[in-house]
Amino acid sequence: MYVAVKGGEKAISNAHKLLAKRRRGDTSVPSLTLDQIAQQLAHSVARVMGEGSLYDETLTALAIKQSRGDLIEAAFLIRAYRTTLPRFGYSQPIDTAQMLVERRISATYKDLPGGQVLGPTFDYSHRLLDFALAAEDDGVELPVETAPTLNDAMPRVTDLLGDEGLMEPDPDTVEDAPVGDLTREPLSFPADRDLRLQNLARGDEGFLLALAYSTQRGYGRTHPFAGEIRYGEVEVEFFAEELGFAVTLGTIKVTECQMINQFKGSAKAAPTFTRGYGLVFGQVERKAMSMAMVDRSMRVHELGEEQTAPAQDIEFVLSHSDNIQATGFVEHLKLPHYVDFQAELDLVRRMRAEWFEKRDQENNGEAAQEAAE
Amino acid sequence: MNDTAAIFDQGEYNFAYLDEQTKRMIRRAILKGIAIPGYQVPFASREMPMPYGWGTGGVQVTASILGKDDCLKMIDQGSDDTTNAVSLRGFFEKTAGVRTTYETAEASVIQTRHRIPEKNLREDQILVFQVPIPEPLRFLEPRETETRKMHALEDYGLMHVKLYEDIAKNGHIATTYAYPVKVNDRYVMDPSPTPKFDNPKIDQMAALQLYGAGREKRIYAIPPYTKVKSLDFEDYPFEIQKFDKPCGLCGAEDVYLDEVILDDKGGRMFVCSDSDFCEERRAEGHLGPMAADPAAAHIGGIQPEETAR
Repeated sequence: MYVAVKGGEKAISNAHKLLAKRRRGDTSVPSLTLDQIAQQLAHSVARVMGEGSLYDETLTALAIKQSRGDLIEAAFLIRAYRTTLPRFGYSQPIDTAQMLVERRISATYKDLPGGQVLGPTFDYSHRLLDFALAAEDDGVELPVETAPTLNDAMPRVTDLLGDEGLMEPDPDTVEDAPVGDLTREPLSFPADRDLRLQNLARGDEGFLLALAYSTQRGYGRTHPFAGEIRYGEVEVEFFAEELGFAVTLGTIKVTECQMINQFKGSAKAAPTFTRGYGLVFGQVERKAMSMAMVDRSMRVHELGEEQTAPAQDIEFVLSHSDNIQATGFVEHLKLPHYVDFQAELDLVRRMRAEWFEKRDQENNGEAAQEAAE
Repeated sequence: MNDTAAIFDQGEYNFAYLDEQTKRMIRRAILKGIAIPGYQVPFASREMPMPYGWGTGGVQVTASILGKDDCLKMIDQGSDDTTNAVSLRGFFEKTAGVRTTYETAEASVIQTRHRIPEKNLREDQILVFQVPIPEPLRFLEPRETETRKMHALEDYGLMHVKLYEDIAKNGHIATTYAYPVKVNDRYVMDPSPTPKFDNPKIDQMAALQLYGAGREKRIYAIPPYTKVKSLDFEDYPFEIQKFDKPCGLCGAEDVYLDEVILDDKGGRMFVCSDSDFCEERRAEGHLGPMAADPAAAHIGGIQPEETAR
C-alpha cells in the first residue's frame, strides 16, 4: 500500500518525540551527565570540538548526548550553534613552543633536548578487552608516576633542524596580514595554505586518514617522518585595541604534528626537508598526523612537484573534506524527489516504447523478407 | 526542531536566525546577482541548523530578505505539506514569527524546492529556490577553476556537445529536470532541479527569482521580465513534458502531475503536483475523473478549511 510522503507536520512531531524517548532509553538506567561525557569520552569530545570548530567541552558533551553519540551529528549541532556567535576578532597566533606539554614524542631522534615524554597514549598497549573495567569502582584514584614538572626547555624538532639549514624555514609572514577565514569568505581556488590548513583542521578525521594513507601506498608519496608530535595546553591571547596589549583569554589543549618530508630540490631550491603541518583541538593524534601528511601533499605546485594523486589535488581535497557538508548532501537523498523522478519515469517509458517499436519493426522487416524468399 | 523552539522564544537568536551583518552580506550577494542575471555570486554561506542539501541556501536567502510584514509560503515538490516544507516553514514561524500561507496569491515570499507554482506570479512577489548544485557545467567538468573560466569566456561548447550527443544516441535530449537555460543572452544557468516543464515559467517572469546554494556557497538571480531561453537546436526545439490525462482530482490540464500508485495491482492516478492549485480548483467546483474514487480519498490531502493559516 502506498504511503503518502505528504502530511508531515504531525508525523514529524511524533518522530521527534520517539527520538527523544529512544535517546533517553531505559529510564531505570541513570542519565549520562555532561561531566561524565567530557571526562570519560574525552577523545569523542575532542573530535567533535575540532570538526565542529568550537572549543567548548561542556557544549560539546551536550551535543554528544543530544546526538546519541553520533559524532558527526554532534559536530553539526556545534557548527549550527557557533555560526550564530558574534565574531569579535582573531586571536594572536598560539605559540606551541611555550606549550605546557603532557606528551611529546619524536620519531626522528632517539633522544633530544627536553626528552621524549610518552604521556597518556594507547601506543604500546595491548588491545585486550579489560574486563575489570566493566565493574570499575567509582572514586578510586589511580596512582600514576608523572614527571613532576616540565619546565625543561623543549624546543621543537623542526627548529633544531632549522638551525642547521636542513629544514625549510617557515614561510615569511607579513605582520598584520589578514587571516584567511573560510567561514567568512567562500573558498576559492587556488586556495592559499592558511585556508587549506583551516579546511583540514575542520575536516573529517576519516577522510583525512584515508587520504594520508593513500599517500603512503604510492598515490603521491611524500616520504614522511613524524618529526614531532606534542600535546598539551597553550594560552590563547587576544590583542585588545582599547588596551593596546594582548590579554590572555584562557588555555586550550591542542595536538601539534610536524611531519618532516624529503625534498629532492629543484632548479630554484637546494635539497632540504620540507614541512607538513597538523594542529587539532584536544588529543587527536591520528587526525593531526593525517592533516600534516595531506598538507604536505597539497604543496606539490609550490615545490614544483608533479601532481598525480587525489591527496595532492587541492580542489578535490578541500571540496570534500567537510563532513557536515558531505553528510547533509548525501542524506538529502532521503527527501522526496518525486517531481524529478516523474520526469525520469516519463523519459524512460518513452525510450522503452521507442526501443520496442524499433525492434518490432526490424523483426517484422526480417519476417517479411523471409516470407518473400 | 521542537527542542530548539524554547531557545528561540527566549530571544537568544536574531530575527530570522541570522545576525544582521550576515544578512547584509547575503543581500549584497543578491544585489550583485540581480545586476548580472544568471551569474553565480560566491557568498560566505553560514552553517544553518538544518543539514546541507536540505535547503540551507534557500533558507539563508529567505532569512536575509524577510521582513516582519512578509507572508511566507514554503513548498517542496510543489506541495506545502511535504515533510521538509513543514520543517522549514516551522523554522521561520519560530525564528521570525512571520505570517505563513499555503496560498500562492497571498504570499510575498515563496521558497521552493523542485517546482514553480502553476499560478502566474506577480511583480510584488519573490520566488526563492533551493539549489543543490548551482553549476550547470559541473557534470561535464568537475573542476570549479575550469567552469568559472568557461563562464567568463562564454565557452558553452561542451554543453551543446552534450545535448547533441543525447540526440545522436537517444533521438532526443535526455535531460528532464535541471534543464540548462541561457539568461539574458549571456550566462548558462541551472534552474535548480525543477522539471523542464517549469522552464517556460522562468522566462519573462514578473516576480524576482533568487537562487541560493548553501553548501556550494553561491547565489544567483533572475530579475523580473528577463529573457530566459532553454538550450536547444533549431531542428530539435525545446519541448516540455506533456501528460495525456488531466489531474485525477481537479481535472486540470497543462499542469505538472505526480503519479500516485494506489495499490499493488498497477492501479495509479495522476494528480496536480502543485497542491494549492489543485485545492483551489476543487474549491471552485472543478472535478477530475478520479475525484469520487474511494481509493483516491487519502490522496486529496488536507481539506481546504485546515489549510487556512
